[in-house]
Amino acid sequence: MKYYRTHVLVCVDPECLGKGAHDIEDALQDELVAQGLIDEVQVLETSRIGGCSHGPEMMVYPDGVHYVGMTVDDIPFLVEEHFLKGRIAKKFLLPRVEVKDEELSAPTSKEVRVVLRNCGKVDPENIEDYIAEDGYQALGKVLGSMTSDQVIEEVLASGLRGRGGAGFPAGKKWQFCRASKGTPKFVICNADEGDPGAFMNRRVLEGDPHAVIEGMIIAAYAIGSSRGYIYCRAEYPLAVRTLNIAIKQARALGLLGEDILGSGFSFDLEVRIGAGAFVCGEETALMGSIEGKRGEPRPRPPFPAVSGLWAKPSNVNNVETYANVPQIILNGAKWYASMGTEKSKGTKTFALAGDVNHTGLIEVPLGINMREVVYDIAQGIKDGKKLKAVQIGGPMGGCLPEEYLDRPIDYESLAAAGTIMGSGGLVVMDEDTCMVDIARFFMEFIQDESCGKCTPCRVGTRRMLEILQRICKGEGKNGDIETLEMLCKQIRATSLCGLGQGAPNPVESTLKHFRKEYEAHIFEKRCPAKVCKGLIRYDITDTCTGCTVCLRNCPVGAITGDRRKLHVIDTDTCIRCGICMQVCNFNAIEIN
Amino acid sequence: MINVQDNIPTTDPVAIPEKRAVIDQILEENRNLPGSVMVILNELQAKIGFVSPAMQGYVAKKMRVPLQQVHGVVSFYSFFTTEARGKHTVKFCMGTACYVGGADQLIEKSKQVLGVAPGHTTADGMATVEICRCVGACSQAPVVVVDEEMHGRVRPNKLQQILRKAQS
Repeated sequence: MKYYRTHVLVCVDPECLGKGAHDIEDALQDELVAQGLIDEVQVLETSRIGGCSHGPEMMVYPDGVHYVGMTVDDIPFLVEEHFLKGRIAKKFLLPRVEVKDEELSAPTSKEVRVVLRNCGKVDPENIEDYIAEDGYQALGKVLGSMTSDQVIEEVLASGLRGRGGAGFPAGKKWQFCRASKGTPKFVICNADEGDPGAFMNRRVLEGDPHAVIEGMIIAAYAIGSSRGYIYCRAEYPLAVRTLNIAIKQARALGLLGEDILGSGFSFDLEVRIGAGAFVCGEETALMGSIEGKRGEPRPRPPFPAVSGLWAKPSNVNNVETYANVPQIILNGAKWYASMGTEKSKGTKTFALAGDVNHTGLIEVPLGINMREVVYDIAQGIKDGKKLKAVQIGGPMGGCLPEEYLDRPIDYESLAAAGTIMGSGGLVVMDEDTCMVDIARFFMEFIQDESCGKCTPCRVGTRRMLEILQRICKGEGKNGDIETLEMLCKQIRATSLCGLGQGAPNPVESTLKHFRKEYEAHIFEKRCPAKVCKGLIRYDITDTCTGCTVCLRNCPVGAITGDRRKLHVIDTDTCIRCGICMQVCNFNAIEIN
Repeated sequence: MINVQDNIPTTDPVAIPEKRAVIDQILEENRNLPGSVMVILNELQAKIGFVSPAMQGYVAKKMRVPLQQVHGVVSFYSFFTTEARGKHTVKFCMGTACYVGGADQLIEKSKQVLGVAPGHTTADGMATVEICRCVGACSQAPVVVVDEEMHGRVRPNKLQQILRKAQS
């Protein structure tokens, strides 16, 4: 891991983006390179620091300086003053009046921040910042005035459900683990956020690590555990670093270790790093990995609460679940349960990505409907295009068509629609997306990440992938859809863990909602969205000015033509990469 | 993987005294941790850059665990590599957002610039090109990671400039 002396957090929420935050960020990068500071200063993105009405804003850590209202032209001055000379550039500070009531408000009225409340607000590498925001107060309350049973009661009453995807009530899990015989017991935090398109946990770990640690200590007290592990994926080196700093600081203040806060309760934890296996996000595989073995799932029962890490009772929760706990203890179960729906309480973070105007991290009360998320928070589809589907729940989730936009987002409604909450990836796809291609893409991911332990998942997903690849190439045949449907059922019913059981979701949901597209591929040999390479060809129309840009950029040299003359694509050589279309300034390339 | 100890190439880290010292230190620091094999292999991968068959044999011997257990872990996780890698690593994120954002076009372009397909190292030993899973920067899609530096919203025409960092 590379160490940086300073981090600059540039706000990229919609308001700041509108005021050129990305240009500011690029200019900042360029200037840092020019000044030779790029190895010392890291530019990161954050959302909503607090003074958005003042235009592009950034936060400099560890200095804690908040700059607003700069333009691209100001960047060289700012870099020279602050990063080179170490002087605060006063003219970009917030006006004095504003600093007073600088409260981190929810980015839009639809959002509620519980888990993300401190992100972008506290210095993640300084425990005092967290303590100043009521940090570790919940722990004090728990250790000073609550019994383990009372803590479990409170979490049960809050209705908090596992935020890793399956949605099992957290309090129940704790109860089971507490009731299990055997010592020591382990508290494990699942920070192996492997879903493509999801980065909520990373943001929490990097932005507010102490909330997770505090939640884990409280869980340990409730369960009667003295030892904990945070299993973080290797792709998140910054999160690992932040966590290790946070753990060290908590230890120094006696919040971890022997006799915490003089209560007689002892607990310590360490970070374990994964090595790039998606299946390790499954709790039994994760425990295998901590034990130093191949991360292969084990059959359940016995559940981890009975026989988990090293066959001892263990409690595994997700980062977000733990991060909720201190807030529940501090503000009460009633407060938490007042948000959300009848069965799905509280808030959930989502990573918005795809073809929407605003991408990034959001936190919303459960029960909000998809339309509000896509059109209010994400501000609609890019370039005024039409929405085709929302993919929710990561690779084992499903694609929902527009008709589902008005249904609430909660565990039950999503399950009924054929998808899952997952850890909270939300990818919005516009009309230019081919759903068969998307199903193929997810199946490729699942097939690649299948650990190989059980046959239905290992072999079944490969067969499904082969069929999908054939369909995308234009070689689909009658009966393929039926075979896929059969494989879906069998793999779901017979796989060992959540990965295999959820593997059919992307195919099943696209078959259910976008069957026509499959049929077009198979029977008409046509890709309606013009994506599948085997079914399209690129042509140059006569709006071509002969500027030679496409010719120079074509990776296979399939384009010929003289300067200022109409260019031609040789369809046999063309690999359908689409680069020509991207670089053309005159929209002269079309897909047929 | 059979009899690796008998036939250690002279270029292997186990046979190079300075590297051997690093390996021994990693073993010493972590040997008493519960579940230490994974921690040790992670450290070796980070500090040596790869875990060769001979290194796996060495770890198994020192940790008194079966070689198949060590090799089983190395072959299971995608982060472990068994061969020396290029000086720089270029990773193309293939997460959903990057895929939709045109990552495969970037890979095409990189083949053209570096002359190697993902999974391989350039002939001059400068760069190893890889495809990786989501790096968690989806709002920046498509993303290219050179060593540890992340480049977001990369367009094919800007790629060459980014790849230059991996060519020397």
